[in-house]
Amino acid sequence: MPTTPTKAAAEPAPPIGKWAPPVLLGWLIPGGGHFLLKRTGRGALLAVSVLSMFLLGLMMRGAMFQPQTGDILTTIIYCGGFLGDLASGLLYLLTSWLGYTQADMAGHVHDYGTKFLVAAGLMNVLAMVDAYEIATGKKD
Amino acid sequence: MPKMNLSHFEAAILFALFSSAVLGVITKRTDAERLRYGVRCFVYFVAALIGLGWLMHFGHG
Repeated sequence: MPTTPTKAAAEPAPPIGKWAPPVLLGWLIPGGGHFLLKRTGRGALLAVSVLSMFLLGLMMRGAMFQPQTGDILTTIIYCGGFLGDLASGLLYLLTSWLGYTQADMAGHVHDYGTKFLVAAGLMNVLAMVDAYEIATGKKD
Repeated sequence: MPKMNLSHFEAAILFALFSSAVLGVITKRTDAERLRYGVRCFVYFVAALIGLGWLMHFGHG
């Protein structure tokens, strides 16, 4: 009696040399991975969107998260927020090196600013995933 | 760096605009699909913004 395979054969992992440069460049410079992969128009749109969100966050005097641990909610918010900020790459690193500090203050403008800074990083993570998929041939 | 003061609505609209642009660019396969999806995301963001705004308005009494 013939047996039918229950699972499709696992695809081999794509070589790291193929996807790491665009993903790393995409982290450092938003849209950079797409530029490296010759997707100039999409790279420009991603760069403008992430950069605009980050700059608006700074102009609204948003706070940067520092990793803190404590109860589960504090750990998730502060460590997750820090990772979100860090995902903006060079924008975050330059801002930190140039001494931007903003205390977490009450007020909707500061609050939106903080969210814009984190969201810029999260949008950059989506752009990095897109660059990975393009580099590995999963997407055009 | 100049300081910017925006209302809730202005800040949320800007957030919706840039988020929709990124979502449109990364999700679909053709430019026409990307544009449609980006516009649709923006409309959903604004609809949720207005809907939740009214919900909070009535919730607060």
